[in-house]
Amino acid sequence: MTKLDTQLKETLQSKAREIRVDIVKMLTKAQSGHPGGSLGMTDVFVSLYFGGLVKHDAKRPDWAERDRVVLSNGHICPVLYACLGHAGYFPKEWFDGLRMVNSHLQGHPAMHKTPGVEACTGSLGHGFAMAVGMALAMRADKRDSHVFALLGDGECQEGLIWEAAMSAAHYKLDNLTAIVDRNDAQIDGRTSDVMSLEPFADKWKGFGWHVIEIDGHDYDAIFAAVNEAKVTRGKPGVIIARTVMGKGVSYMEAEGYKWHGKAPSAEQGEKALKELLAST
Amino acid sequence: MAVSAEKRATREGYGAALKELATKNPNVVALSADLAESTGVLKLAAVAPERFFQMGIAEANMVDVAAGMATCGKIPFASTFAIFGTGRAWESFRNSVCYPALNVKLACTHSGLSVGEDGASHQALEDIAVMRAIPNVTVVVPADYAAAHAATIAVAEQRGPVYLRLGRPKIPAVYEDGKAPMTLGKGNVLREGNDVAILACGPLVSMAVDAAKLLEKDGRQATVIDMHTIKPLDEKLLLDVARRCRCVVTAEEHNIVGGLGGAVSEALSQHLPTPLERVGTRDTFGESGTHADLWKKYGLTPDAIAAAARKAMERK
Ligand SMILES: Cc1ncc(C[n+]2csc(CCOP(=O)(O)OP(=O)(O)O)c2C)c(N)n1
Repeated sequence: MTKLDTQLKETLQSKAREIRVDIVKMLTKAQSGHPGGSLGMTDVFVSLYFGGLVKHDAKRPDWAERDRVVLSNGHICPVLYACLGHAGYFPKEWFDGLRMVNSHLQGHPAMHKTPGVEACTGSLGHGFAMAVGMALAMRADKRDSHVFALLGDGECQEGLIWEAAMSAAHYKLDNLTAIVDRNDAQIDGRTSDVMSLEPFADKWKGFGWHVIEIDGHDYDAIFAAVNEAKVTRGKPGVIIARTVMGKGVSYMEAEGYKWHGKAPSAEQGEKALKELLAST
Repeated sequence: MAVSAEKRATREGYGAALKELATKNPNVVALSADLAESTGVLKLAAVAPERFFQMGIAEANMVDVAAGMATCGKIPFASTFAIFGTGRAWESFRNSVCYPALNVKLACTHSGLSVGEDGASHQALEDIAVMRAIPNVTVVVPADYAAAHAATIAVAEQRGPVYLRLGRPKIPAVYEDGKAPMTLGKGNVLREGNDVAILACGPLVSMAVDAAKLLEKDGRQATVIDMHTIKPLDEKLLLDVARRCRCVVTAEEHNIVGGLGGAVSEALSQHLPTPLERVGTRDTFGESGTHADLWKKYGLTPDAIAAAARKAMERK
């Protein structure tokens, strides 16, 4: 695997810290929402939005040639909002209104309310199927744009996910890459206890997908996987990214799934910010 | 004993009753789709773990599995949020459960705007409409903790498909614990008056009682009915009060299209055309916010009910 340039890696790491800080601030202010997955997927999101893996332009959110990022596990939208705010899609002041009445930033992504959001998600399963539709439409129009669909592992228990997976392989959608947040956590417990998905990679292979398994906090691996998925011809690619729920905040990492959908208290928020700011 | 001053959620009443049922009736089983705690079914799992089935995030499968269990004599309570249970799994419920009238109870929590911060994607405001349009089903929307408890016991005793609609927030009590009248299909008259009849369900019942107090200050007397069963609708009671008050208001945490307001308009326009005002969301999606902020913004308050009553009275 080719290693990333040290300077780029440092830039990404520092951006990831800023994003995590804003996630914690947003959720502590909102006093509801989903920190675990948001923090867990931060390294992947930072690579996509700030590492040049996604073709996008914050000044033209409706640019027809842009790549599409569809957050099918919509509940982790704080990480998406933080990235979009940092990228310049909207003022960072919007973070303060997360989940409050009359806000631009809804509890789950709404494409008609927030620039840069590509689909209305939150009800699990739909985003992935919409991503298939986008990939089909862009191929029909011969556009050189790629579709990234972000999924949760618990979300993959939905039948709809496998209907979408089947159709993507049937149509040989090599302009579609799924990235699954494989943190073995969902609301009621560990995914392996609630409803086992294993053999997970084999399921995707059986559905005709090119499968890449990585550590979702390793920037070298994230870049290599995305590039491999993009150049693979004739089939869609899925990156199974093993992540740690609540990554970067020790007490969340320790309690795993309990931080799926619970906001930190003011005191816990302080503690999290201290840890994040002290990290390098 | 007076009505409890403590606010509790209808989903809590459901969980408590389910726990009691677990020890009383060995055929009662519960299923959930990765929402066991917030729907309350974990209460059953605590006392009868072998009768709780975790189905993962797969609502359509959960409802069909429940149908299969019902064909083998079980009394399944399948629980998730209202949007997923009545949305994603609607057709499973219609074809597998309601068509042959199987004994499945689809008990969904987090209905309406009061889901709150999760926002529009999670706020079912159409569920009463799509569920009550299915033949063979009973649709129940309890007004408080005690009513939800009573409704859970009542639907377990009645054979056949049920949609039980429950809520997330803690709301004021209407009834004393253990004393909520719950004859399915029979509305509860909470207050009598001859100027206007207010029919409400769910969290709007206690607001309707408060609205009646506001109207009293204007010298107007309202009849207030807890119409906990939307289907079959208590048409006899509806027509009685419509005849007496000559104007009607409905109040629900649901779109004014197709829910209690829809059911009441259908019955009145056929049997006794009467001025009707419907309080509910006005054919719009919700949004994120605290439930209190949302109820205020979308006009689900005692004031809004009283205003609708004044308008209805003017139209007599
Ligand atoms: C169709 C549907 N069913 C249920 C839910 C409620 N829900 C929200 S997130 C979640 C768990 C998701 O687990 P996972 O995809 O693993 O996300 P993570 O916990 O890792 O953030 C559930 C059940 C939902 N949003 N949509």
